[in-house]
Amino acid sequence: MTAAVPLALARRVKWEQRLFWRNPAAAVFTFAFPLLFLVIFTAIYSDSAVHLPGGTVRFAQYYVPAIVSFGLISACYTNLAFTICVRREDGSLKRTRGTPLSPATYLAGMVGNVVVISLILTVLTIGLGLAFYGLRFPDRYLGLVVTIVTAAFCFSSLGMAVATVVPNQEAAPAIINFILFPLLFISGTFGQISDHSVLARIAAVFPIRPLIQEMVTVFDPFARGTGMVATHLGMLVLWGVAGVVVSLRRFRWEPRRT
Amino acid sequence: MTGDPIPTGPVVKDSVIEVEDLRKSYGGCEAVRGVSFDVAEGEVLAVLGPNGAGKTTVVEILEGYRSRDSGRAQVLGVDPARGGPELRQRVGIVLQECSIERYLTVAEVVRMHSEYYRRPRPIDEVIGLVGLSEKAGSRVKSLSGGQQRRLDLALGLVGDPELLFLDEPTTGFDPSARRQAWEVVRNLCRLGLTVVLTTHYMDEAQALADRVVVMAAGRVVAEGPPESIGGRADAAARIRFRLPAGSTLSDLPLAADADAGGAALVETIEATKALHLLTGWALDRGLELEGLSVTRPSLEDVYLSLTTAPGAQAEAP
Repeated sequence: MTAAVPLALARRVKWEQRLFWRNPAAAVFTFAFPLLFLVIFTAIYSDSAVHLPGGTVRFAQYYVPAIVSFGLISACYTNLAFTICVRREDGSLKRTRGTPLSPATYLAGMVGNVVVISLILTVLTIGLGLAFYGLRFPDRYLGLVVTIVTAAFCFSSLGMAVATVVPNQEAAPAIINFILFPLLFISGTFGQISDHSVLARIAAVFPIRPLIQEMVTVFDPFARGTGMVATHLGMLVLWGVAGVVVSLRRFRWEPRRT
Repeated sequence: MTGDPIPTGPVVKDSVIEVEDLRKSYGGCEAVRGVSFDVAEGEVLAVLGPNGAGKTTVVEILEGYRSRDSGRAQVLGVDPARGGPELRQRVGIVLQECSIERYLTVAEVVRMHSEYYRRPRPIDEVIGLVGLSEKAGSRVKSLSGGQQRRLDLALGLVGDPELLFLDEPTTGFDPSARRQAWEVVRNLCRLGLTVVLTTHYMDEAQALADRVVVMAAGRVVAEGPPESIGGRADAAARIRFRLPAGSTLSDLPLAADADAGGAALVETIEATKALHLLTGWALDRGLELEGLSVTRPSLEDVYLSLTTAPGAQAEAP
């Protein structure tokens, strides 16, 4: 019995992966956006400098970690919210609920899938940064892994939670992106925003800015120690827990039909 | 006629489903008002009724999707509300309007679902059962609507269930796709599976079911084999023919009316005797009874009269 659960989960992740890569539109969308932003914005701002608390760095040293964050959000939150809405409304969730597969294993398989996608996207983004944009990684492997895991938890759980407020498939892109994009902009995804600005103070309450700041710190050549900042990671955990609470209360397996 | 009913399986054994005084309300509106019926092992039961009759609610309670407010329900000896994964190992559910992962192949989808079960049927066998062997390697998105529906059926069967629920298996099909689907369901019945199907097609119930439960306004209004439901076997037969030229209704040897089309209509519970009188009368006079026909009320007539009878109407709250 103890071996059966990891096996069932591994099989689910395998199928989710196959489903993801077979649907070219979804796969391209998830990968193209962050990588396109990376190429375009570094081309525009390659010469500008970014001021970190310890000193000044090249634009890419800020921007690559910001895009890694964006990739994590895109892979976890956007993907999961969208997939859950579609599968709920087309009856796939209801069908699965009628089989002996445990709902927890099914959902864990979906999360496992977006974690795999996140890892691929993260490696790609950092690899491009190291190879072409002069990114430096100060060997904070633990900090990087902890940040990725915490972010994956936070944004997967928020993706599930947001899926519960989307009434139907048609409304999904609008609602999911309407929540995401304004926050991406005010959180400094596309360029640094000063801590003292009004936007930054608003953004600090939401999870995206803490993630970007945490990721930038992990790559910050002037910072000391592991690069893990309790307030940033704590904020992500807090939002993740909120997402779990909302999901547990509101998750539906059946389409809304009137 | 649309084919013979399925030959009944082995002689009635235990009840696979027992329902007693089942009730369910949605926000003050009573959708199911005291429904009782049993389904025997190997039996094909059709739950027939118009939209809103409560048949989907009853079936979804049995499938474990909904809770009941009161009454008793047993599926394979277990309360479906508490059956959990153990019960779902033994039950196949084929829902209506449920899309399948479009980018996988037929064989992949079946294999994926087979992994949910402890003792799945072999994948090739399941695909063969629903007649999709040539399509095993094709992507689901390339299948026709009817083929996708048969794949749905395959997914319901892959766990080798003892009991199969089919929710409106041919809604939206063209006639030839329906025949094919019926053929597949008949084959399944030969495997000894117990089947509960909901439908609002009378001919479907007649073609597939051993027994029919007719629901209207949350109640069972009739129950029995399709050939005798609602007293159909005992109902008056209708003899119709065109009046020979020069004859009037009063010339006939028995009481007759003119029907809406102007033909003579005799309603009788003694069809043999009435026919003898009529044909004797015609032969004596050298007349031909053109358009002569003898009919019993169709299942559809019975169904319509049952589901629109005063007792079947929803009472004002």
